[in-house]
Amino acid sequence: MSEPHIETPQELDDANAKPVDRPAQTGAAKPSPDKKGDVLLEMENVTLRFGGVVALNDVSFALRKGEIFGLIGPNGAGKTTCFNAMTGVYRPTSGAIRFKGESIVGKKKHEITRGGIARTFQNVRLFPEMTALENVMVGADAHHKTSVLSALFRLPRFWKEEHEGRDKSLELLRFVGIEHRAGEVSRNLSYGEQRRLEIARALATDPTLLCLDEPAAGFNPAEKAELLELIRKIRDTGVTVLLIEHDMRLVMGVTDRIVVLEFGKKIAEGTPAEVRDDPKVIAAYLGVPTDAA
Amino acid sequence: MSESVAATSAKKSWRGNGGVRGWYGRQSLVVRVVLGIVFAVLAVLLPYVGDVPVIGPQIITVGIDWPSALFNMSYYVLLALGLNVVVGFAGLLDLGYVGFFAVGAYTVALFTSPDSVLHTEWKWVAAIPVALAVTMVSGLILGWPTLRLRGDYLAIVTLGFAEIIRIFATSSETLRGDRGFSDLPHPPGDYSDGKAIFGVADATPYYWLGLAVIIVVIFAVRNLDRSRVGRSWLAIREDEEAAEIMGVRTIKYKLWAFAIGAFIGGLGGVMFAGQQGFMNSQTFQLQFSILVLAGVVMGGSGNIFGAILGGALISYIPDRLRGIEDPIWHTDLFGFRFAIFGAVIIAIMIFRPQGLIPSRRRAMELKDREKEVAPQ
Repeated sequence: MSEPHIETPQELDDANAKPVDRPAQTGAAKPSPDKKGDVLLEMENVTLRFGGVVALNDVSFALRKGEIFGLIGPNGAGKTTCFNAMTGVYRPTSGAIRFKGESIVGKKKHEITRGGIARTFQNVRLFPEMTALENVMVGADAHHKTSVLSALFRLPRFWKEEHEGRDKSLELLRFVGIEHRAGEVSRNLSYGEQRRLEIARALATDPTLLCLDEPAAGFNPAEKAELLELIRKIRDTGVTVLLIEHDMRLVMGVTDRIVVLEFGKKIAEGTPAEVRDDPKVIAAYLGVPTDAA
Repeated sequence: MSESVAATSAKKSWRGNGGVRGWYGRQSLVVRVVLGIVFAVLAVLLPYVGDVPVIGPQIITVGIDWPSALFNMSYYVLLALGLNVVVGFAGLLDLGYVGFFAVGAYTVALFTSPDSVLHTEWKWVAAIPVALAVTMVSGLILGWPTLRLRGDYLAIVTLGFAEIIRIFATSSETLRGDRGFSDLPHPPGDYSDGKAIFGVADATPYYWLGLAVIIVVIFAVRNLDRSRVGRSWLAIREDEEAAEIMGVRTIKYKLWAFAIGAFIGGLGGVMFAGQQGFMNSQTFQLQFSILVLAGVVMGGSGNIFGAILGGALISYIPDRLRGIEDPIWHTDLFGFRFAIFGAVIIAIMIFRPQGLIPSRRRAMELKDREKEVAPQ
């Protein structure tokens, strides 16, 4: 808990921390349009403690519709914790998380998914014994309404949704480039294919916001380039992308804006160029003492 | 290196050399339907297998009449089918499955037996819907508090559930303990000469009834398996948290698995009560649960036909041992059934760890592990 309390409010620059008027409870309240686009997801003073460990310390930032947003930082900076708070895995100790203007704190994980936030995992977490196609169909099922009874008696809704789900899932497998592996048990896919499959599965839930947790981990440069291409393609379909990544070059190359975390605190935010030259970021990555910066 | 190797080996293993089922999967719908009908007809004719020269007498049981053995097999198969939904599909390790069998049988007994405190003495058929409703509710009662439990912990709680039911049945005045219920009515129906179809002497009609129920249950479970419901169950079994993050309502589908499993188990209990005419608290021993679970795992957890084969075997093997004298102590081999069982299970687990008829997916997984151990 003895975090270096050196800087907090001074980097509340342009984009983030527009507390607006806390309209969270008023449901359809439109978030205030930001300079470059509507705010899609807003983290406001989010703190998350595990006992004495402060995993996130008063973190605030906002994602805008249609951008590729990078979340970077050294190991243990709280990037994945941030993801977990957004997707309902952890509940923040304090602070607000709003998605499309509505608070999502305390919502169930599957509700958040249906609401439009999908994610992949740092360590691939597919359903290993199910085929690639079935994996994606689980994601597509998120918006289906086939009940146990209509599945049991093969009612019209079952056929309709089953066909829809299958077509959509095959389409997504094609989109990520592994449609030739559709019938293969996902355990048997190569590592890169598994990563792509996870993205397809997440996209099948029709997300507005796709959170990718270190999608390039373990990739060689060629694979990374392909992944970049895929991320851009996803953004071009209208999905906002939140990207956690270690590889600075990859992040700099693809993101529109970046937030840098260190020890659970936000130390910088801005465009890739701004962040790259930020002395605090350089210090965090290269280990220069903060006070020397 | 790995990419092309993985691609070719995968091409080979997907259906390519899928054995009998790989072949079956490639057949047209007509062939599959015809094969299904052939199997059904063979199953219907099973009571007469003793008349087949040479092999027939080897198959039928000696210490118990063959139709009764077949009927026993039919309700064990039902139980295995139900437990397969809970354990094989949803991955919820349930060791107290006999509890649902007991709830089904006891509900029938309470409403139909003249010994019952209710004094309703309904017909067997009239008691069925009530019994199935009660078992489904009992499935939810067990499922609800155990939703947060997984693996070993769930197994222990379900074990407790079955024991609670057995001990309650033993000590409760209403459920009559060891005295049990007698004069339970049989299913309805008469032959043209006025004799009851479902009598005491011949168990063959009961077997056919059981077979009909099994066929219906097979279709029901298969329909669920190949749908959003089955996918949700598998996803929960594979990674419950990931499933929920992908939008699966895990609580709902776990409860459905319990309720459907309980329903099928209750169906087994209803059949049992309708045939036996008498039952008491000694009928529902814990070993029963373990035995059915062993059957499911042995046959191939997660595969409907594996569960059927496993369920049939756990009933058939002991019945087949009945009335055979062992050469050393000259006692009935039936007394050694658990030892023999143990040996059979160990043998199967050594030579065919994925079960006799594994689910396609599970077989692939094991093959994959082998590859990891011994790479090309």
